[in-house]
Amino acid sequence: MKLGQSLYDWGIRVAPWLLFALLVLPVLGGLIGVLLPAFGWLPTLGSQQVNLLAWQQLWQQPGLPQMVTLSVTSGVLSSLLALLVCLLLLGCFYGSRGMMLLQRIFSPLLAIPHATAAIAMAFLLTPSGFFSRVFALLTGWQTPPDWLLPNDAVGVSIMLALFLKELPFLMIMSLAALANSTVLTQFQLAQSMGYQRLTAFCKVVLPQLYPKLRLPIYAVLAYGCANVEIAQIVGPSGPPTLAVAIVQWFNDVDLHRRFMASAGAVLQLAVVLSVLLAWWCAERLLAWGLGRLLSNGRRSYADAVWQRLSWLILGLVGLTLVLAMGGLILWSMAGYWSYPDLVPDTLQLSHWLTALPFIRLPLLNAVVVAFAASGLALLLTLATLEAEQVRQKPLSWLSQSIIYLPLLVPAIAFLFGVVWLQEQLGIAPGMGTVIASHSLFVLPYVFLALAGNYRLLDPRWASVAASLGLSPGAVFVRVKLPLLFKPILLALALGLAVSFGQYLPTLLTGAGRVATLTTEAVALANGGSRRLVAVYALLQMLLPALAFLLAYWCSKLFFQPGTKTQSNASVAVK
Amino acid sequence: MNSGTLQINALQLSRQQQPLLSLSTEIHAGEVLTVMGPSGSGKSSLLNWLSGLLAPQFSASGQIVLDGKDITHLPPHQRHMGLLLQDPLLFPHLNVAENIAFAMPKAIKGAQRQAQILAALDSVGLADMALRNPASLSGGQQARVALLRVMLAQPKALLLDEPFSKLDSRLRQEVRELVFNFIQQAKIPALLVTHDQADVPAAGRLINLAEMEAATC
Repeated sequence: MKLGQSLYDWGIRVAPWLLFALLVLPVLGGLIGVLLPAFGWLPTLGSQQVNLLAWQQLWQQPGLPQMVTLSVTSGVLSSLLALLVCLLLLGCFYGSRGMMLLQRIFSPLLAIPHATAAIAMAFLLTPSGFFSRVFALLTGWQTPPDWLLPNDAVGVSIMLALFLKELPFLMIMSLAALANSTVLTQFQLAQSMGYQRLTAFCKVVLPQLYPKLRLPIYAVLAYGCANVEIAQIVGPSGPPTLAVAIVQWFNDVDLHRRFMASAGAVLQLAVVLSVLLAWWCAERLLAWGLGRLLSNGRRSYADAVWQRLSWLILGLVGLTLVLAMGGLILWSMAGYWSYPDLVPDTLQLSHWLTALPFIRLPLLNAVVVAFAASGLALLLTLATLEAEQVRQKPLSWLSQSIIYLPLLVPAIAFLFGVVWLQEQLGIAPGMGTVIASHSLFVLPYVFLALAGNYRLLDPRWASVAASLGLSPGAVFVRVKLPLLFKPILLALALGLAVSFGQYLPTLLTGAGRVATLTTEAVALANGGSRRLVAVYALLQMLLPALAFLLAYWCSKLFFQPGTKTQSNASVAVK
Repeated sequence: MNSGTLQINALQLSRQQQPLLSLSTEIHAGEVLTVMGPSGSGKSSLLNWLSGLLAPQFSASGQIVLDGKDITHLPPHQRHMGLLLQDPLLFPHLNVAENIAFAMPKAIKGAQRQAQILAALDSVGLADMALRNPASLSGGQQARVALLRVMLAQPKALLLDEPFSKLDSRLRQEVRELVFNFIQQAKIPALLVTHDQADVPAAGRLINLAEMEAATC
């Protein structure tokens, strides 16, 4: 018992420091690791002089302005669209039964990995894809149209794939932020004063919601402007987005291109920071310009039109999802599929049977890495939150922001630096380095998923348990953990889902030696058989879905008084 | 202010198919009908039904007639039912004056709007609080601003859900007088739910749900 208490004391003393070290050190170390080569210092390649050659080389790259423009427009427009649609849907359904519908539609979508979303979007948009086949029904096309989708030069395909991933994320974050019942009552109060639903939402709920949504929006913007796997699958190749170009330069056989790649990574960081700054300025400007409208007394801004539009958007998003997922399933089993038929001429399982022998190792690797990274993240999160409660001192604004650091700083800007640091420290790339890098990206999600529930746990439970003679460690293990069992499992499932979807960290910190379903799917998507790609994409999606199902099932199985398991346990105790 | 009568006809309120409350009554202009009863007897659900904000787990049949007009199926924003709740629920993103302006009709503009807000604040002794953050006000001050907000929305009826329960005894008396005076002056019907006998206005009618339930049994 004393050992347990000592372990608890040690854990809550050390965990917050470990958590912040795990978040800050790789990001800062990685940034230094790209900044030095960007300015010519990379002793392993024989360069120990500070110079601007890498930058000169970068500026001379053909198509650099187009790369930057494509990165910025696809990232900003997809985020803006996702935010506007998210707010419109929330405004039209907040406080009604429709909120449950939104939760049911968007929660499972959170589990879809980015690469799967991109592959599904590619299948949908391609000239012989589902969209074209549905159009063919109306127009009578007999041959696929001559359009340049996906991989279009403007980045429409990237934007749509990003939108498909960003909308569920923003929606779930908003639903969590709106759990506060006071805001709902204020919204109802505004309606009782004659405000129509959407106007009441914009004037009362949105000003309170947006500050809580700011960091998730910044994370979405940062990811949108610097993502690799989506741009690699559905983006153009000549020129690609800046992030994709950086990966190509880093992987070039000419190692001296690493200098230019490092300069590119620094430029990518500058681009993201500029976008975030511009967004922040736009926020201020809008708040200043629209602030006076809040109390002007106007009760409606064509609410009925917006209401209809939101139903239309919900229908379109639903249809896109059904077609995208349906397309993946059909392609994974398609035999010969002539255009413009909506279903293949024959269905067969041969693609699955071909793929299965090759997926064992990537599957095993993905599961081991995900469980190790998520387990570590969960332990650190629980101990940090417990430390916060024991000390009765909430985390500062700075600490809360640091938790978002790996999501706000583009991975491409620091991961190459992390690899360089690995080399400098003599750490061999492999399973350990991949697990560590995954933890970096899993940790913020696990923390955000669990923090709300942990902090809202009624402190009187702990007081009652303490008054019954339980030590703080025992209260933590025997009272808090069982009470928070379901949110803990869901946070773990979210961590697993995030880890399963990681591409760049797996590729770079594992030096290509740790193959997972995601790395295989992305590699295949660039030129592999469409049917095989569909099998990998579905398998990639199946893993996080299984994690969430398991979490729901286990949360119903344990710590539920009155269930079979519990009553058996009681009998055993007697 | 509009004057009129609030009629509740043949209300049958249920929670998950379990009957909760039956009521038919009429509240005249300037009158306060008090509904008392233990927790879970359906007091707040009655107000939610009247304001069009009944939670999905409840169901209700019956008719609401306000000022001669059937408003049973109107959305909340078209009912003109003012709400005064246990908590003042001032909007935290607006200052005191903006909270009041929020409730005023759009037709009142510019200087007239400002003047009405200042006059209203002055009438409750809060003239110098117009630009303050609502969170910086005391409980009693917040309650008065909430009342001003509902007054200037010009409701046709007022629904009061234990609005005095969180105030200390001195403030309670003061805010109670303000509210009942407003109802008298505006000549609107009001329905007050409470479980405190002391909140019942001397001249008003009282329905005790506990007694109704006992009589039914």
